[in-house]
Amino acid sequence: MGQITLKQITKSFGDVQVIPPLDLQIEDGEFVVFVGPSGCGKSTLLRLIAGLEDTSSGEISIDGRDATEVPPAKRGLAMVFQSYALYPHMSVRKNIAFPLRMAGLDKAEQDKKVESAASVLNLTDYLERRPGQLSGGQRQRVAIGRAIVREPAAFLFDEPLSNLDAALRVNMRLEISELHQTLETTMIYVTHDQVEAMTMADKIVVLQAGIIEQVGSPLELYHTPRNRFVAGFIGSPKMNFMMGAFSSEYDATTIGVRPEHISVSPTDGKWKGKVGVSEHLGSDTFLYVDVEGIEDPVTVRSSGEVSFRHGDMIHLTPDPDKIHRFDNQGLRIA
Amino acid sequence: MARSVTTRRKTVNTLAAWAIGLLIFFPILWTILTSFKTEAQAINDPPLFFFFDWTLENYAVVQERSNYMRYLWNSVIIAGGSTVLGLIIAVPAAWSMAFVPSKRTKDILMWMLSTKMLPAVGVLYPIYLVFIELGLLDTRVGLTIVLMLINLPIIVWMLYTYFKEIPGEILEAARMDGATLKEEILYILTPMAIPGIASTLLLNIILAWNEAFWTLNLTAAKAAPLTAFIASYSSPEGLFYAKLSAASTMAIAPILILGWFSQKQLVRGLTFGAVK
Repeated sequence: MGQITLKQITKSFGDVQVIPPLDLQIEDGEFVVFVGPSGCGKSTLLRLIAGLEDTSSGEISIDGRDATEVPPAKRGLAMVFQSYALYPHMSVRKNIAFPLRMAGLDKAEQDKKVESAASVLNLTDYLERRPGQLSGGQRQRVAIGRAIVREPAAFLFDEPLSNLDAALRVNMRLEISELHQTLETTMIYVTHDQVEAMTMADKIVVLQAGIIEQVGSPLELYHTPRNRFVAGFIGSPKMNFMMGAFSSEYDATTIGVRPEHISVSPTDGKWKGKVGVSEHLGSDTFLYVDVEGIEDPVTVRSSGEVSFRHGDMIHLTPDPDKIHRFDNQGLRIA
Repeated sequence: MARSVTTRRKTVNTLAAWAIGLLIFFPILWTILTSFKTEAQAINDPPLFFFFDWTLENYAVVQERSNYMRYLWNSVIIAGGSTVLGLIIAVPAAWSMAFVPSKRTKDILMWMLSTKMLPAVGVLYPIYLVFIELGLLDTRVGLTIVLMLINLPIIVWMLYTYFKEIPGEILEAARMDGATLKEEILYILTPMAIPGIASTLLLNIILAWNEAFWTLNLTAAKAAPLTAFIASYSSPEGLFYAKLSAASTMAIAPILILGWFSQKQLVRGLTFGAVK
């Protein structure tokens, strides 16, 4: 079981309130991702759940029991840190066994659990090595192994992949997703990378300045972002925003169109612009088009065959059903 | 561009290093050599290097005239005692400053260091009076306490910088893994900090062993350590260089041997943090 409820949680450091009153419900077995720009309070929120920081007010309950004052070790949660936080003076075996040793399990039981975790994570050949002798990906797996053996109510991940290179990150992303399918345990995952959030989450919590901007499934956030911030943060490349004459036509202060919802034509269309940079990825082409009256270049995602060049005049037409409208508060107009 | 290491550059560097090393070591070498000469040879002009009549006579005389073992024992007690006492106080102090820092932590560290800026002689008079009042003059307990206090700022600073290098996340991981504060300190922090604690201990023993100002001023006979043993051969009997050298050699031999065996640990401890 791993149901976590936050009720009117706040956190202040001195006079600075980093998390204003916040409510959140995490269901058992859910994969929840906290995402937001750096300094948005997502790591602090995770550390409050872990018990590594004390809440300033409010209540945290785990599986219906009040855990606000419970020390981290007694909450039944396991955490994987960004820096892996392995014990450098212990072998991989001892690292993974450490929580079991602290729980007072006998040696045979410890060994059994360590071996089985190691085989799941492909670490069997490395059990006698020290963390210093492992690669980044292996270290991350040891950290995950140390979390698995405890059979926690929920796993907490604090930006676990940001120290890995791009290729390894994709692999580990899949491994963690697979682990979630196998274990069916609640996982709370903090990242600033919206691609990780979109690909892994059942539920995404978008945070900004300690405030939850929106909670929803990846596609809910993609299709119906609650405000401009979420609209701009979710989706890659970023959504284009237009104001003034462009938006008043649609009865909105701002309109947003995703790069994949704009079609290009050399001859006719709604907006006219000049191609700045074009990036050819093979499968897609990203065009950055300067349109008069819009400050930033408009990003357009086009097919790989498109071959406009720098300086070409082209015409853009947004898909009318896919235009997002926002009022003067930045909130979505239904 | 990487600097090319040519054979010539290497040779020049090696020679320079040896020259500097010999320059630093020369006074010690000279003391040891002189201790094996007769008094006449010791003041010979020009100075004699290796070609003289090697003799152990000075050692015999020194051994006969004064009780070397008593001085040695006092040195061991005072240096060892002040170090152990210092560590017992400094480890928790450095621990709390490194892991639970407050707004004033930096100020406290600076304040502790500032006590080293006052010349020792500036507090000789008050400490001397306090010692008379408490009956600590010429006692090993008194000297142990004074040397511990003298070196405490350095121990705290060294341990603090060492503990600072231990990432807080590892301690948090231990906490998540179910370790109590005691287990966290016992199984995670101490093993990780042992190289730092060891080199601090070694350095402090050396500093306390060689300390001469307080040991000479606060002792007479009973608690006098090896520094006083050397001093007793310097002035009152006139210039007996060979015997003074023999006494000096006997006084520095134990710490030299300790230093030699622990040099790897010492270098590692002193350069820790500089090279990651």
